[in-house]
Amino acid sequence: MNAIRARFRLDRSDFRLDVDLNLPGRGVTALFGPSGSGKTSLLRLIAGLDRAQDGELSVNGQVWQDAGSFLPIHRRPLGYVFQEASLFPHLSIRRNLEFGMKRVGASDRRVSLDQAIELLGIGHLLDRKPDSLSGGERQRVAIARALAVSPRILLMDEPLAALDLARKQEILPYLEKLHDELEIPLLYVSHAPDEVARLADHLVVMDGGRVLADGPLIDTLARVDLPIRLGEDAGVVLDAVVEQRDADWHLARVAFAGGAVWARDAGHPPGHRVRVRILARDVSLALEHASGTSILNILPAEVREIADDEHPGQALVSLDVGGSPLMARLTRRSIHALALAPGKRVHAQIKAVALVG
Amino acid sequence: MFESTDLAAVWLTLKLAAVTTTLLLVIGTPLAWWLARTRSWWKGPAGAVVALPIVLPPTVIGFYLLVAMGPNGPVGQFTQALGLGLLPFTFAGLVVASVFYSLPFVVQPLQNAFEAIGERPLEAAATLRASPLDAFFSVVVPLARPGYLTASVLGFAHTVGEFGVVLMIGGNIPDQTRVVSVQIYDHVEAMEYAQAHGLAAGMVVFSFLVLLALYTLNPTGRRK
Repeated sequence: MNAIRARFRLDRSDFRLDVDLNLPGRGVTALFGPSGSGKTSLLRLIAGLDRAQDGELSVNGQVWQDAGSFLPIHRRPLGYVFQEASLFPHLSIRRNLEFGMKRVGASDRRVSLDQAIELLGIGHLLDRKPDSLSGGERQRVAIARALAVSPRILLMDEPLAALDLARKQEILPYLEKLHDELEIPLLYVSHAPDEVARLADHLVVMDGGRVLADGPLIDTLARVDLPIRLGEDAGVVLDAVVEQRDADWHLARVAFAGGAVWARDAGHPPGHRVRVRILARDVSLALEHASGTSILNILPAEVREIADDEHPGQALVSLDVGGSPLMARLTRRSIHALALAPGKRVHAQIKAVALVG
Repeated sequence: MFESTDLAAVWLTLKLAAVTTTLLLVIGTPLAWWLARTRSWWKGPAGAVVALPIVLPPTVIGFYLLVAMGPNGPVGQFTQALGLGLLPFTFAGLVVASVFYSLPFVVQPLQNAFEAIGERPLEAAATLRASPLDAFFSVVVPLARPGYLTASVLGFAHTVGEFGVVLMIGGNIPDQTRVVSVQIYDHVEAMEYAQAHGLAAGMVVFSFLVLLALYTLNPTGRRK
């Protein structure tokens, strides 16, 4: 029931959008796709910033748009973060934060100003004007400002795209905190696979104004049949738990359903939940368990499917490791040499494991 | 040095400019907002009509206003039907004429200011629960402040400087329509050059100070 139902058709001379989606009413849903795929258009339609004549939208049981009605955006209980912070330049940071909050009835306030300020770490900026802040600080204020209206859903349109890598790294932890501490569903538009891998629970892949795939992140990323143009970023994400730490070698052993791998120790204590990202290009396959190799992580696996890759000389091999998915990028020649086929048992050699989030 | 008729003319001029500017800000704001944001076919023609007073001789504006507000003109018949009498040769008629005459000097700075603000602050305000009217007053007006300053100063100064329109529609009635520019003309006609100098130099100093204030206090008001 707690869900978002969105159906939109848009027919402009230069752009078409045709989308019919049911999204979970909790967690982070990433709208992912290349630029021009329609993900931002979809987000704007959901917010009510743009209007499709043909559309139906309900959020958590409340109808925002259908054949006969269109709830104006300022009456929709949402928070929106634009790609550029879009703070009001004539107001101090404090007044920016209060702008939306004071327009929300006292009985509808569930997020306090202090909470929003604390969550985004902007307490020291309150008396300054937006133009004296760095890009990263401005975007944190914009996120806090959106939170302070106690939204039922938070919409973010590539909030990190306008920032450099260092600023991104500055903000990502705050977004993770939002994910962990707030019960607000988040719709997150992004074209960056690393952000998606780190933040999303649910993934909607878009291209050409249509939805190519839609499902839980882990399952959807592991599909090799999708024409997802991830390129070098093709790979899987697994939910895992830190099992033990090896202080001598600065490694951590993280366990996921069906196996465990060693990764660089990120300082998490045993029992800590982490995400593990393994890129297809970092996985090779061997018929026997190799010895005398530098590879730490070798897991028994079964080939499930072999699919075309972007280059005709390569293929993506989908693997099953005790129930968890894994993906390997191999040359067609190697696949032929190893006689790989669905059902074949192999050893997956994993060269790099990244802990994200 | 100033005669009492001179002071009366100065006072009348300031009153006319103040009333006209106030009315223009009220009328000009929605008009400039519409011009700044519409995609309608009417944007071009409407913008051209607003700009007409810049290029037309004041006598032409005054002539047509006189005809329209006269006993047989549409405006005149309307004001008579309302029991207001006729507007020409009254202070009210002068205000109406000045509003037309100074319209572009208020509408254009406002329109430029609104266009410079763009769509985004309004979208942000809407996602923060502000209705369109709320967003206009809490975001657009403060952001357009330099535009409002420019519009007020130019509207006021331009009204102070009008002559031809006043002569056509207001004539030369003390305390009613005899503004400073008309009074200077009277002095010159009567060969009273000393009095003419007093008022004329006053106008030069006033205009200079107004524009100086505009360009020094409000450098951003001239962006775009």
